[in-house]
Amino acid sequence: MIAVINYGAGNLPNAVRALEYVQAPIEVVTDPAAVLAADAVVLPGVGATADTMRSLREMGMDAAIRAVIARGTPFLGICVGMQVLAEQSEEFGLHECLGLVPGTIRRFDQGLKVPQIGWNSVQHDGSALWDGIPNGAEFYFVHSYYLATNDPTLVAGHTEYGLNFPAAIARDNITAVQFHPEKSGQWGLKLLGNWVQGAVVRGQGSAQH
Amino acid sequence: MLTRRIIPCLDVKAGRVVKGISFLNHRDAGDPVQLAAFYNESGADELVFYDITASSDERNIMVEVVENVARQVFIPLTVGGGIRTVDDMYRMLRAGADKVSINTAAVLNPQLIEDGAKRFGSQCIVLSMDARRINEPGQPSQWNVFTHTGRDPRPTGLDAIEWAKRVVDLGAGELVINSMDADGTGAGYDNELLAAISAQVGVPVIASGGAGKPEHLLAALHEGQADAVLAASIFHFGTYTVEAVKEYLANQGIPMRRTPRPL
Repeated sequence: MIAVINYGAGNLPNAVRALEYVQAPIEVVTDPAAVLAADAVVLPGVGATADTMRSLREMGMDAAIRAVIARGTPFLGICVGMQVLAEQSEEFGLHECLGLVPGTIRRFDQGLKVPQIGWNSVQHDGSALWDGIPNGAEFYFVHSYYLATNDPTLVAGHTEYGLNFPAAIARDNITAVQFHPEKSGQWGLKLLGNWVQGAVVRGQGSAQH
Repeated sequence: MLTRRIIPCLDVKAGRVVKGISFLNHRDAGDPVQLAAFYNESGADELVFYDITASSDERNIMVEVVENVARQVFIPLTVGGGIRTVDDMYRMLRAGADKVSINTAAVLNPQLIEDGAKRFGSQCIVLSMDARRINEPGQPSQWNVFTHTGRDPRPTGLDAIEWAKRVVDLGAGELVINSMDADGTGAGYDNELLAAISAQVGVPVIASGGAGKPEHLLAALHEGQADAVLAASIFHFGTYTVEAVKEYLANQGIPMRRTPRPL
C-alpha cells in the first residue's frame, strides 16, 4: 500500500486523483502508524514550509517520515512536500525543516514574476523516474521558493527561472519534485507511474513489515 | 524556460458548455469533460471553466462538472462565476479546481481576496476584471472596472490599473484582464491596457477578450506583455486549433510547451 499523507494540503485531492489514474494502490492517511506500515509514502504539498512543518509536527508525521526514510521505504515529495525535506527554509523567517537532504529553501530573486506559474522545461538525468519522458519536457510549476543545494549529486532534474534550480531530486529511497506531476498532463502521469512502478519493485525487494 | 500559456475558456451553463458572443446569445457547444479532454490533447496549457449559471441548484451541477473533469484531465483548472465566499472557493478547490477566479464579488468585498489568499494561498486566487475604456478619443488612456457585465454592466468608478495594483497587494496570484471594448469583436486584445497593467504588477497577467486570429495572441504576448492568453470562440468553433496557434507562436519565437503525443 502507498500511503498519501493528508495534512490538509491543497493539492491532496488532485494528487490522489492522478495516482488513482495511474492505478497506484494508495490509501490517504492521517495516522503516523499508517505511514510506518506503508510500502511507500507520498507527501503532497502546496503553500508555506512553516505551516507544513507545523502540521506535520502536530500530527507526529515528522518522526514517521524520518523513520520510513531511514528504513528505506520509497518516498515521493511533491512541491512543498519536497521543500520540507531540506535543512531549513527562509520563507517567513528562517526555520528548520526535516533536514533529510542538504540545502536551504530560498525565494526567487526580485525582478522575476513570483510565484513562477506555468509550464517550464526540465533537463533530467535519464534515470528510471523519467522513463519515456523526453529530456526538456515541460512540467507545471507553481512556487515562489526553490531548493538551493550545493550537492549536485542530489539533483535528478533541473529548470531555469532566473537561475538554475532543482526541479527534481533523488537520493536512495527519496524522490521529490518541485513541479506538480498531478497537473503536468501526460508527462506528469508518466512520472507518477514510473515512480509507483519503482516503488513496487523496491517494496518487493525489501523485507515485509 | 518558462513558457507562455494558451488557455481556452469554457462558459458552462447547467452543466453544458456554451459560448457567448459579447457575453450574449449563448450557443450550446458541448460536454465539459469531452471538451476538456479534447483541449488537453490539443495542447491547452490550462482550462478555465466559467459558470454562467444563475441558480444554486445549477451551481451544484458545476461542482459535479469540476469533479468529473478533474478525474480525467490533469492540467490546471480554474473555476469562476458565482464564487462569493471563502466556502464557495473551498467547494470548487475540493472538487478539483486548482484556482478560483473572482470578479464582481471582489469589487463588492475586496476582503474576499485576502481571506481566500490566506486560506488557500495566492496561487489559488485569480482576480478577473472587466475593464472598459472611458477616455475620449485623443485624451490619455483610462479604463474603468465594470461589474455585472452579462446584461447590465455597471461602472464601479474604479480605475483598472489602480484596482490591479490593489488586488495584488491583497493577495491575488494572477490577473485576468478582460477588455469589454475588445470582447466579442475578434479584432484583437486591448494590448495597451494589458501593457499598462503588466508594467505595474509582479504577478502573471492573462489577456482576455478580442482574439480572432493567432496574430492577436502574439500581439497580446508581445505588445501587451501578457504571460498567458485566454480565448474561447476561436477555439470552440474550430476556427483555429490550440495546436496550430501554439505552432504559429513558437515559430514567432514565443516559448511554448510542446504538445505531447499520446503514449
